[in-house]
Amino acid sequence: MSEHIAPLKLYFTVFITLLVLTLVTWRIAYIDLGRWNTVVALAIAIGKATLVGTFFMHLRWSASTVRLVLFAAIFWLAIMITLTAGDFFSRSTVQPWQASSAASQPMPSAALR
Amino acid sequence: MIDSRRKYKLHNSQTAVYEQFDDRTQQHEASSLGMWIFLATEIMFFGAVFTAYTIYRNLFTTAFEAGSHLLNTPVGAFNTVVLIGSSLTMALAVHAAQKGKRKQLMAYLVSTMCLGSVFLFVKFVLEWMHEYKDGLAPGLHWTYAGPQSGHVAMFFCFYFILTGIHATHMIVGEGIMVVLLYMAWKGRFSTERYNPIEMFGLYWHFVDIVWIFLFPLLYLLGAHF
Repeated sequence: MSEHIAPLKLYFTVFITLLVLTLVTWRIAYIDLGRWNTVVALAIAIGKATLVGTFFMHLRWSASTVRLVLFAAIFWLAIMITLTAGDFFSRSTVQPWQASSAASQPMPSAALR
Repeated sequence: MIDSRRKYKLHNSQTAVYEQFDDRTQQHEASSLGMWIFLATEIMFFGAVFTAYTIYRNLFTTAFEAGSHLLNTPVGAFNTVVLIGSSLTMALAVHAAQKGKRKQLMAYLVSTMCLGSVFLFVKFVLEWMHEYKDGLAPGLHWTYAGPQSGHVAMFFCFYFILTGIHATHMIVGEGIMVVLLYMAWKGRFSTERYNPIEMFGLYWHFVDIVWIFLFPLLYLLGAHF
């Protein structure tokens, strides 16, 4: 199970796919897709990382405990990013009940912007 | 305990199971799990800097795009290919170890080290040294006079920290590979015992994955059209 020996052909196929995806992500950066540039670049990066993880790092054949650790890491990372972003991008939003004090005191992130 | 250790050392390529494990499968799963828990801490470590980068990129989009535009994208793409190549040779090294092919294992370890060195050489000589000379190193030599100079400097801080900790991981990896190469040369690995090679492989592939994200985030999100 965990000591599965993958066929060599598979490694080369993954390698070629990774090279093609690198070329695609590089060339696509020179085409104006607006906001979608970021989305496409990150989607390709996630796809490449998945390929490396699944085949080069043997996740395809590894124990469920190993996958659980990886899931936990990504889940915690998502919590960190979501909560940090949520704080940052809602900081300068002035709620109605804050309106009177906001007029006299500028919000901290107003200086940042 | 000491006795069994000594015994292990004597026959380390034949009797490959440490006394605390029932069998090889359990031993292998235990070391994989340990390595992945370490990689989980690495994900959080890099993740924190990526989070900070994402926040500031959104706050100062134009300045970060201007900074990204100053990076050498073809060189970054070349390095991506080099690192993916080193990941392939590392996967082949693990494969050779699983099959018990000592010479192949050593050859693939050496090629992984060479490709890693090419990456580091390109990074130091063709990128960092140029950026330093061009006055794009905040705190050391900063001469960028365009608009929002301070925020562009912030992009370069992120650039140097992210690529710096990534390069540090690669230098550590090169050091570990020297040890693994020595062990392989001494015949310490066999079809029964190749865990160190496989666990190092996980580390090396992880460093590759970090670069897979660094390349688009730093080099490509800068509106090149």
